[in-house]
Amino acid sequence: MGRIELKQVQKKFSDIEVIPPLDLVVEDGEFVVFVGPSGCGKSTLLRLIAGLEDTTSGNIEIDGQDATDTPPAKRGLAMVFQSYALYPHMSVRKNIAFPMRMAKLSQDEQTKRINAAAAALNLTDYLDRKPGQLSGGQRQRVAIGRAIVREPAAFLFDEPLSNLDAALRVGMRMEISELHKKLDTTMIYVTHDQVEAMTMADKIVVLQAGVIEQVGSPLELYRTPRNKFVAGFIGSPKMNLIEGSEAQRFDAHTIGIRPEHLLVSKESGEWKGTVGVSEHLGSDTFLHVTVDGFAEPITVRASGEVDAYFGDTIYLTPNPDLIHKFGADGLRIS
Amino acid sequence: MARAVSNKTKTINTAIAGTIGFLMFFPILWIVVLSLKTEENAIRAPLEVLFSSDWTMESFSTVQARSDYFKHFSNSVIISLGSTFLGLLIAIPAAWSMAFVPSKHTKNVLMWMLSTKMLPPVGVLVPIYLLFRDFNLLDTRVGLTIVLMLINLPIIIWMLYTYFKEIPGEILEAARMDGATLREEVLYVLTPMAIPGMASTILLNIILAWNEAFWTLNLTAAKAAPLTAFITSYSSPEGLFYAKLSAASVMAIAPILIMGWFSQKQLVRGLTFGAVK
Repeated sequence: MGRIELKQVQKKFSDIEVIPPLDLVVEDGEFVVFVGPSGCGKSTLLRLIAGLEDTTSGNIEIDGQDATDTPPAKRGLAMVFQSYALYPHMSVRKNIAFPMRMAKLSQDEQTKRINAAAAALNLTDYLDRKPGQLSGGQRQRVAIGRAIVREPAAFLFDEPLSNLDAALRVGMRMEISELHKKLDTTMIYVTHDQVEAMTMADKIVVLQAGVIEQVGSPLELYRTPRNKFVAGFIGSPKMNLIEGSEAQRFDAHTIGIRPEHLLVSKESGEWKGTVGVSEHLGSDTFLHVTVDGFAEPITVRASGEVDAYFGDTIYLTPNPDLIHKFGADGLRIS
Repeated sequence: MARAVSNKTKTINTAIAGTIGFLMFFPILWIVVLSLKTEENAIRAPLEVLFSSDWTMESFSTVQARSDYFKHFSNSVIISLGSTFLGLLIAIPAAWSMAFVPSKHTKNVLMWMLSTKMLPPVGVLVPIYLLFRDFNLLDTRVGLTIVLMLINLPIIIWMLYTYFKEIPGEILEAARMDGATLREEVLYVLTPMAIPGMASTILLNIILAWNEAFWTLNLTAAKAAPLTAFITSYSSPEGLFYAKLSAASVMAIAPILIMGWFSQKQLVRGLTFGAVK
């Protein structure tokens, strides 16, 4: 079991309010991702749940029990840190055994769990090595192994992949997702990378300046962002936001159109523009187009190869069903 | 590109460095030379001393016969090891709290502790002497251990604080998440990681305590007198006995010199810890 509920949780560092009172429910078995730009308070929120920071006010409940003043180890949660935080003087085996040693588990049980975790994480051959002799990906797996053997109510991940290179990150992302399916345990995952959030989460919590901007499934956030911030943050490349007379045509202060929802034509279309930078990836083509009358260039993502280069004149037509409308307050107009 | 240094400059620099090094080492070398001479030859002009051919170990045996070297030696060992151990016992928790749960006064406390090292010891001699007298600590090893611990405590805390600061806080948080109590966290995670730093702190402190002369001379008479008092007993009002004084000095500094020699790698690493990555 691992249902976590935050009730009016607030955090201040001296006089600075990092997280204004906030409510959130993480259901048992859910994979929840906290996402937001640097300094939005997502890591602080995770540390509050872990118990590494004390709440200024409000309550944290784990499985219906008030855990606000419970020390970290007693909350039944396991955490994987960005820097892996392995004990450098201990072998992989001892690192994984450490939480069980602290819990005074029997030697047999320890060995059994170490072997099971090592097998699941491909670490069997490395059990006697020190962390310093491992690659980044292996270290991260040891950190996950150390978390698994505790059989926690929930896993907390604090940007666990940001120290890995791009290729490894994709692999580890899938491994963590698979792990979640296999263990069926609650996982809370903090990242600033919206691609990680979109690919892994059951539920995404978008944060800005300690405030929850929106909570929803990845596709909900993609399809119906609640405000301009979420619209711009979720999706890559980011949504084009257009203000001014073009927006007024749609009875909105701002309209948003995702780069993949624009039709490109060399002959005719709604908006006429000139291609600036063009990126040809084979599978996709990204065009940065200066449209007459728009303040900002428009990003276009067309699938396949598009024969448009610097200086070419092209026409863009937005898919009318996929235009997002926002009011002057930044909120979505349904 | 590496900085270009001509061979000529290199030779000159090496010669200068070698000369300075030799000059600094010379007094110790001269003590060794004198300790191997007879008393009569030791007071001659330097060149005569060097080229007279009466090398002898006589001074050493006289010194050993006249005053009990091993008693002083064991006092030195007990006092320096004891004060170091006692100091660590206080300094580890102190450095831990300042490194990992600092308050806004931490920096000031550290500076204040360091500032006590700038105080001339003689300034507090009278009060400490009186305290020692009233607590019956004069000329006891316990008393000396305590006073040397107090003298060196700021340095131990500063060094440990620097080493602890180098240890990533996340590792200690991981230990906390893993269910380690504070004691287990310090014992199983922090201490093993800080061992290189602790080793150099211990070494440096032993050396400082071993060589400390002001308090050891003023607070002891016979029973607890360490090797520093052993040396001074050979510069007496009846006159200086160079050969014996030198022999006593050699005997006093040899143990710490040997220890320092074998641990110099550790010492240098410890003292520059954090300065270079």
